[in-house]
Amino acid sequence: MAHDHDDHSELTDTQLRVRALETVLTEKGYIDPAALDAIVEAYETRIGPRNGAAVVAKAWSDPAFKQALLADASKAVATLGHVSRVGDHLVAVENTPKTHNMIVCTLCSCYPWEVLGLPPIWYKSAPYRSRAVKDPRGVLADFGVTLPQDTEIRVWDSTAETRFLVLPMRPAGTEGWSEERLAELVTRDSMIGTGLPKRP
Amino acid sequence: MDGIHDMGGMDGFGKVEVEQNEPPFHEKWEGRVMAMARAMGYAGAWQIDHARYAQERIRPDIYLDASYYQKWALAMETNVVERGLAGADELKAGHALHPGKPLPRKFMPEMAANLTRGSFYRQQQAPARFKVGDRVRTKNMHPATHTRLPRYARDKAGVIERNNGCQMFPDSVASNLGDNPQWLYTVVFDGRDLWGPDSDPTLKVSIEAFEPYLVPE
Repeated sequence: MAHDHDDHSELTDTQLRVRALETVLTEKGYIDPAALDAIVEAYETRIGPRNGAAVVAKAWSDPAFKQALLADASKAVATLGHVSRVGDHLVAVENTPKTHNMIVCTLCSCYPWEVLGLPPIWYKSAPYRSRAVKDPRGVLADFGVTLPQDTEIRVWDSTAETRFLVLPMRPAGTEGWSEERLAELVTRDSMIGTGLPKRP
Repeated sequence: MDGIHDMGGMDGFGKVEVEQNEPPFHEKWEGRVMAMARAMGYAGAWQIDHARYAQERIRPDIYLDASYYQKWALAMETNVVERGLAGADELKAGHALHPGKPLPRKFMPEMAANLTRGSFYRQQQAPARFKVGDRVRTKNMHPATHTRLPRYARDKAGVIERNNGCQMFPDSVASNLGDNPQWLYTVVFDGRDLWGPDSDPTLKVSIEAFEPYLVPE
């Protein structure tokens, strides 16, 4: 923020400014610090990629749910009763042997918080935002992922309020697995499209 | 606006660096900033595109240098002052010096047990102009104010893939011109139409495009 300070005092400067902002907004009656504690706690403990992994595992196990998810993800996910309700604008996009999906927000940091939690720093960073739409295979290489040369890469730029969840392909060798066990294979990155599920 | 935030297609930022086992927040103040933004949004202090527009107006050198939540904090300071919710003198003093303005709602602690994303759907003002499968072209437009049509996808031919309903229009909201509901479409482009003949031939990119961004091709 302040550029006339060195790195250490810059942090202090930020802390002071944020504290000032919180104090002013609280004294004005706009916010309640206890509510801020509760919001932070929700994102630290309950709203994260496990919610999305449960959605994916259910879609892998239950063909009717998968169909409902791809038809209307907002509605299908709402039936699961997560802590953070998903709202109206969630879309699930399915990876197939022909098409690999990848999600980005080039303009800011739009991300499906309700199913994946807060976005990781790399997702909000200039390298990812700049390259995902132009050189997705190069970005995938940064993640150690190589796809067949003839796989279509479909990048979804989240330029409005639509939020996207990638439904990765179910790994082979997981026949008969429970949803709980399958969910363990579903990584956050596999639901953004910069990774693949873990192998059993 | 043609700002630094509009990063799609820029070169030179280097590799994507992944932090293993990244925590939700690296510093306590980051959580306070996120939660304040959420609570102020709920209170009706501003809409999400006001927050975005305030970030877009951060000077490019500062934007690139600031951390993610530093940008949020800077944008919040801007909106608080611009919308008359607090004075710059108060932010400087670190205390309220004048009475607050009434806001429609207040986020209470128990509400964190059931955080719900708001709906952006709004009543349609006219029938949708385009249908799935229509070929369209994005406009060549460079408003000095907030827009959600990224530069790399301007004046490009694509196909309507999906109608996402009628939603509040960010370009109007951020300029304080009201919701001005518009149809929102997923428009898909061939990579070569965006990046030229040397582009990855397997690449397809889509944006979420509001109807005023589009003309028939």
